[in-house]
Amino acid sequence: MKVHDVLGRKDYALISKLIPTGSRVLDLGCGDGALLAFLKENKGIDARGIELNPELVQAAVARGVSVYQGDLESSLREYPDKAFDYVLLSQTVQETRRPLKVLTEMLRIGSHAIVAFPNFGHWRVRFSHLMSGRAPQTRLFPHAWHASPNIHFLTVLDFEELTREQGWLVERRLFLSGSRRVSHFPNLCAEIAVYLLKSQR
Amino acid sequence: MNSELQTARFSELALDSGETLRDVEVAYESYGQLNDRKSNAILIVHAFTGDAHAASLDGDAAPGWWSSMIGPGKAFDTDRYFVLCSNVLGGCRGTTGPSSIDLATGKPYGMSFPVITIGDMVRLQHLLVESLGISQLLAVSGGSMGGMQALEWAVSFPEAVYASIPIATTGRHTAQQIAFNEVGRQAIVADPDFQDGSYYESKPPARGLAVARMVGHITYMSDESMREKFGRKLRGREEFSYGFGVDFEVESYLRYRGSQFVGRFDANSYLYITKAMDYFDLTSGYPSLGASLERAQCRFLVISFTSDWLYPSYQSLEIVNALRSRNHDVTYCELTSTYGHDAFLVDVKDQTGIVRGFLARCERELEAAG
Repeated sequence: MKVHDVLGRKDYALISKLIPTGSRVLDLGCGDGALLAFLKENKGIDARGIELNPELVQAAVARGVSVYQGDLESSLREYPDKAFDYVLLSQTVQETRRPLKVLTEMLRIGSHAIVAFPNFGHWRVRFSHLMSGRAPQTRLFPHAWHASPNIHFLTVLDFEELTREQGWLVERRLFLSGSRRVSHFPNLCAEIAVYLLKSQR
Repeated sequence: MNSELQTARFSELALDSGETLRDVEVAYESYGQLNDRKSNAILIVHAFTGDAHAASLDGDAAPGWWSSMIGPGKAFDTDRYFVLCSNVLGGCRGTTGPSSIDLATGKPYGMSFPVITIGDMVRLQHLLVESLGISQLLAVSGGSMGGMQALEWAVSFPEAVYASIPIATTGRHTAQQIAFNEVGRQAIVADPDFQDGSYYESKPPARGLAVARMVGHITYMSDESMREKFGRKLRGREEFSYGFGVDFEVESYLRYRGSQFVGRFDANSYLYITKAMDYFDLTSGYPSLGASLERAQCRFLVISFTSDWLYPSYQSLEIVNALRSRNHDVTYCELTSTYGHDAFLVDVKDQTGIVRGFLARCERELEAAG
């Protein structure tokens, strides 16, 4: 059984590969701390997290992760510059109100940022929208439009453009469909995109 | 393994005021076993009117003030940890305070007892911990004034604390907190029985002390918990008395609490300890809270409660944000409770899970660090 099968989130194994042993890691929206606990166990990282939901915060602390209970969008300014080696945003960038501000702050407080997001450009999403004429509902975006936590819908192309505009260095880019790596036509075939970024400033 | 109340004696204690207190006694209890490396000691520091009797592991003894949190399998698991709790300096439950006999005069100190601070309380606790051969505590933890001591420990004896768990507390007393304390102090001082604190051979200022306690109890509860507990219920009657006796349940409760307190607490201790809380200010002598907390080396677990209006969450957040601004290792949780400030004593389910997880992590990391 693979790591992400155990953890139920496709990006865990990938993110783990991107992070060197002993790094200082901050996970934004760390949930119950499963990813951080996994990285701590396997990579010996200094694990910190931010999570708003009190039940999840309690679960994360119980796992031995250092968590700050707060809203990630207003919680980053307290940290000094380059406080962390890696700042993670795993499948929540599309839920933030001001994604660009969050990403900019991530690259201020971290030497590297890792961003994983569901790709809205996936063919199934496009097909659903085209054929139904309604807000797409797929296995990756299962919610009705009014119940969705996603408030921004971005694609691989959109994110590529943003990195160019902002002058961020893309150190790695990884694309996934299910648990398979995607190497061609990522904007059409990838369900999940993972970017490793570095600020060039 | 439950110890009886024990006493440690120290020849002198230097105080923040510049004075030196001689022949100081500290009353303490301990639960669980200290391991061979003396690396599993946890100091529990009590709130304003608490004492060394934090827990009772013997079924028949009176329960301790934090029995909900200390014991086998509980948050502070006495099967794993050696848990220590002492009565604070200035207290009246075995540790030297204004009601103790001044050996120089053979009479109780009364108001000749020197004014003390949270720093002084912690310095005395440090003497006790050292005397037990413990060079580093795994953790120090307490709520309210106990939280102030947990913070003070972290900055005053950074190498002697591996982890600090301040709960429902603040880095400095605010005007509102000082104000409530001052009402309590004035109630005591205004009682004709107070006699400038020299009441030990006559009768104590019971009415003043009871009123002070009544005010205190109001601040420990929340609007919601009072509505739930008392509402407008009448006490032992169907109709108003149209007088000034007890009509309401809440009046009866406060009067009972007030009168019960008089039997177990010394009015002078009330004055001295509340003053120590009011003087408490971690930023004192430093440009910012962050600069002050930079002295700390330990990891922190800070807990606050949603309905605590005496030590509201924003005060915990000031501490947490000051630590985060220095990239210090801090865990912060705001727990949901309707119990107000009392939550850290009575609403301990979530608090237990968090403290247990945090301590287990500290234990592992300390072990790994060798």
